[in-house]
Amino acid sequence: MAVLNDETLPLRSNEDVVRARQAARKYAIGLGFSLVEQTKIVTAASELARNTVIHGGGGTLLIESLNHDDRRGLRLKFEDQGPGIANIDQALRDGYTTGNGLGLGLGGSKRLANEFEIYSEPGKGTRIVFTRWKG
Amino acid sequence: MTEGSATAPTRTSEILRQNEPALLTEWLQQQLGAKAFRSGRLKESELREQALEFLSAFVRALQSGKAFDPESSAWSEVRDVLGHLSRSRATQGFTSGETATFVFSLKQPVFTRLRQELSRDPAALAEETWAISTLIDQLGLYTVDLYQKGREEVISRQQQELMELSTPVVKLWEGVLALPLIGTLDSSRTQVVMEYLLEQIVSTGASLAIIDITGVPTVDTLVAQHLLKTVAAARLMGADCIISGIRPQIAQTIVHLGVELGNVITKASLADAFAIALERSGMTITRLAPRA
Amino acid sequence: MERIPILKMGAYLLVTIQVDMHDQLALTLQDDLTDRIVKTRAKGVLIDISSLELVDSFMGRMLGNIAAMSHILDAETVVVGMRPAVAITLVELGLSLKGVKTALNVEKGMSLLEERVRRSVDGNGRFER
Repeated sequence: MAVLNDETLPLRSNEDVVRARQAARKYAIGLGFSLVEQTKIVTAASELARNTVIHGGGGTLLIESLNHDDRRGLRLKFEDQGPGIANIDQALRDGYTTGNGLGLGLGGSKRLANEFEIYSEPGKGTRIVFTRWKG
Repeated sequence: MTEGSATAPTRTSEILRQNEPALLTEWLQQQLGAKAFRSGRLKESELREQALEFLSAFVRALQSGKAFDPESSAWSEVRDVLGHLSRSRATQGFTSGETATFVFSLKQPVFTRLRQELSRDPAALAEETWAISTLIDQLGLYTVDLYQKGREEVISRQQQELMELSTPVVKLWEGVLALPLIGTLDSSRTQVVMEYLLEQIVSTGASLAIIDITGVPTVDTLVAQHLLKTVAAARLMGADCIISGIRPQIAQTIVHLGVELGNVITKASLADAFAIALERSGMTITRLAPRA
Repeated sequence: MERIPILKMGAYLLVTIQVDMHDQLALTLQDDLTDRIVKTRAKGVLIDISSLELVDSFMGRMLGNIAAMSHILDAETVVVGMRPAVAITLVELGLSLKGVKTALNVEKGMSLLEERVRRSVDGNGRFER
């Protein structure tokens, strides 16, 4: 599998979340994803970027466009050195939240992905990898 | 696909070149007698033309002395002829075997020629026969490959046309759309059609869409989920959907699969669904004059 | 500081949300709207999201909050113009936007608002404002 192109963005502020969305959109369009697929990708990017800023104390987003056996894909890696997630299963369950509101970010994002990995431990930060393959 | 025989049949090449017209006649005789040809799907003139085209290209390619290689330029003319042949035979409804026979049937007249010309040199006869036989086999197999690709293109095009034909969105009334689905629904087709329906809802400003599945023989979990997601999406947008035409078998499947319909309205017939649609729009149908 | 404009249309308030709204802007909108509803004694709020290319859980929360707060302030909220791709994604995301009424476009949204306002006055026998 090859990484065709990549870009790293900081995730420290609200504006960074907007920039992350825009970058994800740009890459998705470039890879030829359909409108619905683009929307799913950008929505997940928004959720996960916001999580990194608000819960992770800030971090980075690595966007990679992939090629595997002639299939194009987009990978988003969110990383932070924040407090980490104590109970990942619980966090993935809908309705769970530490802040206000619906707390659907994590579980919802997983549903929007083809591949989804979370690496997190209390005190060791969090890394989330979201991948979507074209068509 | 096997490639590159050890030796190119160089003496054969010369023999064939000198006897091309006679060879063509014998080869045609062979094919015209075959059962596949007699079914009438192919005109004799067409066969003649194809045979002539192939044979001359074949003989020319043999002159290059190069073994058959689908990539090499020496065989590009033969490749083109076979490509053309495979595709046209596929559309005419011939099987891959019948199509490949066009090539394989060339062996007989070629062997006959070789036996005549090389009768005094058995070693050479054996060697040349083996080499040309291998080469013709490769061409035959190559023809089958091309045929397969051609069939796949036809099928995919037919699928596309069928999908377009069978998923029209119809405006039943002001603000009421109907989507009569016909044929087997697979996951990807359902998704495409559902997205199309939602776009139509926006562009026509319809507040109600009736998805009619009378023409759908079976529904699996994935398709049922797509339908339900579409209804949910339409509701989020401010419209509503009714699913109609649910046959007893499909109703059974849905229950059996444990798919939760929730509060999605379902009606057995499109007519019932239409009646509800009218009611929702605050309308009713009245007779203009009493029946005599 | 940039803010999203709120237009007054008779007894209603109209908000058109543009693309790429960041979180702070959304929070400011919530505050501004609550303010304006009280000041203008608006009976309804129409939020036009036809320019929005995405609605995530934060946005969904914001719309839900606006609907809830307006309701307390005796105004109804209708969200209009959701794009199909957004609706499909929301369904996948699992966001149901409970408590938020939706309509296909501004025109239908207005009829919906007028109907609900009419019903609430007639039905509850409240004093006309």
